[in-house]
Amino acid sequence: MHAIYPLTLAALLFAVGVYGVLARRNAVAVLMAIELLLNAVNLNLVTFSSLLRDQYGMGQVFTIFLITVAAAETGLGLAIVLLLYRNRGTAAIDDARELGEDGALGLKRVPPQADGDGNGNADAANTATATAARTPKAVTK
Amino acid sequence: MTTTRALSSTTGVEITFVLVGLLTFGAAILTVTVRNLVHAALWLVVSLGGLAGCYLLLAAEFVAWVQVLIYVGAVAVLLLFGLMLTRAPIGRTTELDSGNRWAAAVVGLATAGVLVSVVGDAVRTTWFDPRQAVVNGTAKAVGSSLFRYWVLPFELLSVLLLAALVGAIVLSRRDVSADAEFAMDAADAETEAEA
Repeated sequence: MHAIYPLTLAALLFAVGVYGVLARRNAVAVLMAIELLLNAVNLNLVTFSSLLRDQYGMGQVFTIFLITVAAAETGLGLAIVLLLYRNRGTAAIDDARELGEDGALGLKRVPPQADGDGNGNADAANTATATAARTPKAVTK
Repeated sequence: MTTTRALSSTTGVEITFVLVGLLTFGAAILTVTVRNLVHAALWLVVSLGGLAGCYLLLAAEFVAWVQVLIYVGAVAVLLLFGLMLTRAPIGRTTELDSGNRWAAAVVGLATAGVLVSVVGDAVRTTWFDPRQAVVNGTAKAVGSSLFRYWVLPFELLSVLLLAALVGAIVLSRRDVSADAEFAMDAADAETEAEA
C-alpha cells in the first residue's frame, strides 16, 4: 500500500477536528471534534507502526493506550461540561468569558441576565443545588 | 518499506482504503458541520467505525476491535448522555456554530494544506505491506508486545483510569452536605415565618 493514503486521511481528519474545535459553540460538540483529533493521531500511529517495521509493537500498543486515555478524557470532559451546565444553565462555551476583559479581542461581555421566571424546565433539585445564587435558566430551544 | 514500485500499480487494498477513507472523511466533515447535535454524534459514530475499517485494512485487527468496542460502543453513548444531561437542543438549531467559524475554516484549511503537502512530499515514494509488519496486528502479537515491553505504561494507565473515574464521580455528584444545609435553612426560615 502506498503510504500516502493513510497519512493523507489522518492529516485531513486532523484538519477537520481543528475546524470543529474552533467553530463549534456547544461544549459537547467540541468534545466530539477532540475525538476526531485523537483518532487522526491513532491512524498515524498504526500506519507508522508497519511502515517503520517496528519490532516492539510500539505503534499499535500506543494506539490502544491512546484510546484508553481518550475515553478517560471524554469522561472527565463531560463531567466538567455537566458542572458548567449545572452552575450556569448553558453548555455554550462562548458564554463562559468571565476571565476576558471588556473590549479585548473584540469580545463583548454578555450581561448577566436576571431571570426570575426562566426556570420552568429546571428541576427542583437543580435549583436547590445552585445554593440559591444562580438559577439555571431554561435552554430548551 | 520499499521505494521500487511503479507509481501506477494501485492494488485492490488501496482502492478499498480510499473508499473507506472517503466515508470516514465525509462523516467527519458532517460531524463538525451538521446543524443537529444528535445527528453530529451519530455521524461521529460512522466516522469512528470507518476508521476501524481502515485499521482492519492496515492489518491491525486487534486495534480495530478495540476501536469498535470503546469508541463506537462506549464513547458514543457517553456523548449522547452528555447531550441529554445538558439539555442540548435536539432539533435543528442555528446556535451550534460560534461567530468565528470563518476564521476556524481558514485555520482548518491551512492545517490541511500544510500537513497534506508536507507529509505527501515526504512519503512520495514509500510503499509498505501491512501484512509484512514485524508485529502483525493479531491479539496474540499485540498482547505479547504489550506485556513484554510495555508493562509499566500499562499499569500507569490503569492508575490513570482509576483517577479519571474518581475525578468524574467527584465532579458530577451533587454536593449532599450543601443540599442538606439548604433544606435545613429553608425549614428554619419557615418556622421563623410561622412564629
